[in-house]
Amino acid sequence: MNNTLSAKERMGIARVVMPQLPADVRSRNFEEVNRGLSENQAFTEAQRCLQCKNRPCVAGCPVGVSIPEFIKALAAEDLPRSAQILRNDNALPAVCGRVCPQETQCEALCIRGVKGEAVAIGYLERYVADWAQQHPEQQLKETAATATGKTVVVVGSGPAGLTAAGELARLGHAVTIFEALHDTGGVLRYGIPEFRLPKDIIDREVALLSELGVGIECNVIIGRTLTIAELRSQFDAVFIANGAGLPAMLNIPGENLKGVYAANEFLTRVNLMEAGRTDNSATPVIRRSEVAVIGGGNTAIDCVRTARRLGAERAMLVYRRGETEMPARREEVTHAREEGVEFIMLTAPTEVLGTEDGWVSGLRCRKMELGEPDDSGRRSPRAIAGSDFDLSAGVIIDAVGTSANPLLTASAPDLSLSTRGNILINTGGETSIPGVFAGGDIVRGGATVILAMGDGKRTAAAIDAYLKRA
Amino acid sequence: MFNVISNEIIAENLHKMVVSAPRIAHARKPGQFVMVRLDQGEERIPLTISDADSAAGTITLFIQAVGASTRNIVATPAGGFIRDVAGPLGKGTRIINWGRVVCIGGGVGTAVLFPMVKALAEAGNQVTTIIGGRSGNFILLAAELTPLSDTFLVTTEDGSLGTKGFVTAPLADILADPARIPRAVFAVGPVPMMKAVAEMTRPQGIETIVSLNPIMIDGTGMCGGCRVQIGAETKFACVDGPEFDAHQVDFDGLSDRLTSYHTEEAGMHAAAECKIGRNVSV
Ligand SMILES: Cc1cc2nc3c(=O)[nH]c(=O)nc-3n(C[C@H](O)[C@H](O)[C@H](O)COP(=O)(O)OP(=O)(O)OC[C@H]3O[C@@H](n4cnc5c(N)ncnc54)[C@H](O)[C@@H]3O)c2cc1C
Ligand code: FES
Repeated sequence: MNNTLSAKERMGIARVVMPQLPADVRSRNFEEVNRGLSENQAFTEAQRCLQCKNRPCVAGCPVGVSIPEFIKALAAEDLPRSAQILRNDNALPAVCGRVCPQETQCEALCIRGVKGEAVAIGYLERYVADWAQQHPEQQLKETAATATGKTVVVVGSGPAGLTAAGELARLGHAVTIFEALHDTGGVLRYGIPEFRLPKDIIDREVALLSELGVGIECNVIIGRTLTIAELRSQFDAVFIANGAGLPAMLNIPGENLKGVYAANEFLTRVNLMEAGRTDNSATPVIRRSEVAVIGGGNTAIDCVRTARRLGAERAMLVYRRGETEMPARREEVTHAREEGVEFIMLTAPTEVLGTEDGWVSGLRCRKMELGEPDDSGRRSPRAIAGSDFDLSAGVIIDAVGTSANPLLTASAPDLSLSTRGNILINTGGETSIPGVFAGGDIVRGGATVILAMGDGKRTAAAIDAYLKRA
Repeated sequence: MFNVISNEIIAENLHKMVVSAPRIAHARKPGQFVMVRLDQGEERIPLTISDADSAAGTITLFIQAVGASTRNIVATPAGGFIRDVAGPLGKGTRIINWGRVVCIGGGVGTAVLFPMVKALAEAGNQVTTIIGGRSGNFILLAAELTPLSDTFLVTTEDGSLGTKGFVTAPLADILADPARIPRAVFAVGPVPMMKAVAEMTRPQGIETIVSLNPIMIDGTGMCGGCRVQIGAETKFACVDGPEFDAHQVDFDGLSDRLTSYHTEEAGMHAAAECKIGRNVSV
């Protein structure tokens, strides 16, 4: 680290600006919007960190990444060390650096943010993680653990499953991942678009797991191809991380018209099946010049920006609260606006309108106003009487949320579930079936990548302890 | 990778493929299906498991080559590979001893019907099977279905085999005969056929079960693309079905949703044809 800088000098450096593809170019392609910092930018940004003794930023990170430490190594231009610190705390730093809501986590607590702007922790995390992926030969080698002879099966290859598999393999256990789809990554692959998270990042993480000896088998649907009982008898421990993949429907008239998509279907067609993106994809997707997406979370923003890239002249986001209440990452909201997405706020759909031959023609909406805060702490929307209006649209995408998919849980009657169908666990991550653990969205409901990853990491430690007892 | 054990043409554009998939063969129940993706870039398509041999670890699929994806699948020879086969999916058929049942298959729907007939016969039902097709060439599985059925009837639109006409004519005769009234009717085939059967059994309130074929992507309840209107409710055919009470199904909505991609697919065919044309000319 350049120790010659005084605190005042550090305070004098302005927050780095992420190089981006211009909005008019990127809103026509699927290339990653954020291009990543240059070496110089990263080293300079790292100098902005004041290395606070009480590390407030770390408290904001759900997995407690040693933020000042990895930034200090970066400022000292010791990338191998920085990468190692990061990797010890976070199994998927290249992913988290891109998709974590830093503005409500680590960066929200950064002292530099009190007067001015927080250190760009997410950008630095991404920089170091990308460097590590590009320079595997320079990474500090891990010593291979001795095999314990124990076997663990992981259900699902989303962030929770991938993280747990890596941790358990490093501890010397023989790990197998079963994935229902034909490819790995979970939401990282089929949900989050390439313009935010290029798929080769997931491919590299998965390749690392294979190198560690993790067996990965796709097309195996637990609850159908094999049951939890079968897994329990064939493996010493089970980790269930099958996500929260069941779309919540709108329950308004017209939702089965042609041209109405649940977000998962639209995103899966475009991301997993590459519909509308390559000439070689056999999977179609309906494109229209007017597309309305309902919702205000990351999923909704991903859908509306995807629709724009597929050629929508009017890509509209319809949300029942206001822009400040949107749960989506701030940066995505800004990017969407720059790309020409129309924000139709304080608006709730009441009916999907259709043509005589069954196609969507629009969305009937009602204006809302914000009342008292609800359980989630957000002000709850109230309909304004007599405010109905119609939006013209040829495609409607419902991105109001997901819930727990019962496919797996319904086949395991001994598994205790919450009233919403999520798997119940004890503080050690264990379910009501001994030796069967669970984590990620199937436990929390739709949450975040970092929370899923944190579950994977914590539960791997609990599984390790369990296997040692057993 | 899933090994293709055999691939026979049994009628125009219709193939019987036996594929090695030991876990699926072991877990599968009548009425369930698999999602198949031939290779990278190809679609995921649902195919009914018509039969399975759990000792040999194989499943049997009947595939009608109707679009580009199915044409590519049936072009895979014995000894070749299918990249992805996932399942078994969907709820199995509810098999009980009803007594007298009528099973109706139209076109390739007969391949979906076959495992139901087999299971119903094994459960002790008295099965009348009615199979229909455009012509004799489109009558599937007659040899396999005959020994399972107490009565086996064939109808063809051109009269080239069995009775000339539609499957609904022999059904009407049966429904009009108090001595032959079934306790349940199973029908699988084109949507208009299933709808017609549902309308015929509705007045007498005869339990009628149809197997629906909406567009599917994942087959696990994740995408919602396969939704169908059943009574007042929206159901996902891949997990709640594919078999439903015919008297509750919105058949018009189903037919309509099945046309969602006609324009896109026509465009893709044109593009593919274009490419072929280019290749030929150079
Ligand atoms: C469009 C979208 C955008 C998002 N954006 C962000 C973001 O920017 N930042 C953020 O932090 N979070 C974001 N999230 C949320 C985040 O992606 C999830 O919280 C996270 O992926 C959950 O991880 P998981 O491992 O629990 O499950 P998932 O990622 O859902 O993975 C579960 C895996 O299990 C497989 N599976 C399911 N059932 C079975 C079965 N029966 N047998 C075998 N395998 C099975 C699934 O196919 C899947 O691969 C977003 C979510 C979506 C949908
Ligand atoms: S096919 Fe996706 S939910 Fe049924």
